[in-house]
Amino acid sequence: MLSSILLQAVEGIGLGYGVAALGAGLAAVGAGMGIGRIGGSALEAIARQPEAVGDIRANMILTAALVEGAAFFAMVVGLLVVFK
Amino acid sequence: MFSNYSLITLSKKSFLSFFLALFIGLGFFTASAQDHVDHSATEEHAAEATHGSEDTGHGEGLMEKFNPGAMITEHITDGHGWHLWGEGHDAVSIPLPVIVYNPEKGMDMFMSSNFHHGHDTYNGYAIKNNSIVAVNEQGSVPVHEATINEQLTASIYDISITKNVVSLFISLILMFYIFTSVAKAYTRREGQAPKGLQSLIEPLIIFVRDDIAKSSIGGKKYLKFLPYLLTVFFFIWINNLLGLVPIFPGGANLTGSISITMTLALITFLITTFNGNAHYWRHIFAMPGVPAWVLILLTPIEILGVFLRPFVLMIRLFANITAGHIIALSFFSLIFIFGEMSTGAGIGVSVFTIAFTVFMTCLELLVAFLQAYVFTLLSAIYIGAAVEEHDHDTHGHDAHVEEALIV
Repeated sequence: MLSSILLQAVEGIGLGYGVAALGAGLAAVGAGMGIGRIGGSALEAIARQPEAVGDIRANMILTAALVEGAAFFAMVVGLLVVFK
Repeated sequence: MFSNYSLITLSKKSFLSFFLALFIGLGFFTASAQDHVDHSATEEHAAEATHGSEDTGHGEGLMEKFNPGAMITEHITDGHGWHLWGEGHDAVSIPLPVIVYNPEKGMDMFMSSNFHHGHDTYNGYAIKNNSIVAVNEQGSVPVHEATINEQLTASIYDISITKNVVSLFISLILMFYIFTSVAKAYTRREGQAPKGLQSLIEPLIIFVRDDIAKSSIGGKKYLKFLPYLLTVFFFIWINNLLGLVPIFPGGANLTGSISITMTLALITFLITTFNGNAHYWRHIFAMPGVPAWVLILLTPIEILGVFLRPFVLMIRLFANITAGHIIALSFFSLIFIFGEMSTGAGIGVSVFTIAFTVFMTCLELLVAFLQAYVFTLLSAIYIGAAVEEHDHDTHGHDAHVEEALIV
């Protein structure tokens, strides 16, 4: 059922738009998993060693930003398809 | 206790499914709304071609349907006028100077209000899709009667003071005021506790100095790069915040414009390249302690990495800020998309939309700071890697951690 909805949506919007949206969504899933792991590990590390919270936070933000960069590449590609 | 817990999960689930339904539904509505706009636009054009209908009907016909894509694009891109409110002929915007040069006609300078919101040509120029094009007709004629001169359009140099440039000037004045007054306060109130603006800016300067510059650039060398890092941090942060202000002094998407982020990334690239010491270049062209056959593979990757780092720096800031603007605008578009179906639906949706936008804007305040921090931190790490004195015993470990992080 989901695939038929997707197909209808793709037909309505045009194949390029649909696939661009799908690609951006997949990249968001990947980045979400990545950032989730970073956040989880950072919290675990802080719980184990609360005195290192400053260093852990700085590295966590840095790594999350790097993961996010990959997701934004996909977003920019998606935008380029949509705005052409 | 247990029942409470299940109640919470239940409400969470229903919330989730509600928003899922909302967004799936939205996909269809936007699609159909877009179709309608396209149809009416083409019909309008067809009618115009046969009857040469008058200008007013054309303008109003297009404004009847709301087009979220066009609205969002208009807000996140640069423009030749600063749109304040209203649509079509009632639109109120601040006109900005248009400065164009082309080899045939030379320099030309006039206000963008002469275009009458893109409805008329002026002096052989017109606005099409937000950029200046040359037309064959002189003087002021309605745009749909004019013909575009393709050859002349290709040779136009557009150096207008656009929305982004005005925003840059505003942030320039703001930063000049903030930093001269703070600097003055240190000489005037020497030895006393910071006061006013000083107590807002001082912790940030110390944060950039200690947590960004000192921890990433070894030895006393950080002092040489601190002015650049402080400038880039406050420039990005203040412009990000200005972008979040919805009305006139803010609202331009300056740090979400790729040319601005490219310039910033290019400066970091140039600083890194010109300050790189022998050790840095040796690590790029011939990583010590690596067998020759691996170097064939590794050296191209390292050289690519030199250019890739500023490129990713550019994309990250651009995409983050642009995405933030698009999210806020999409939420507002929801009101108008539902409002077109029925006024009640528009009012109902606006309650959720405003709550969500407030939430997202709070998040964007954090992102504004975070992106300034990340850009500055990565610049500092790249510069730090370029100027690092090599000392295999003490710094070797740090260097490897950084190298692993960078690519």
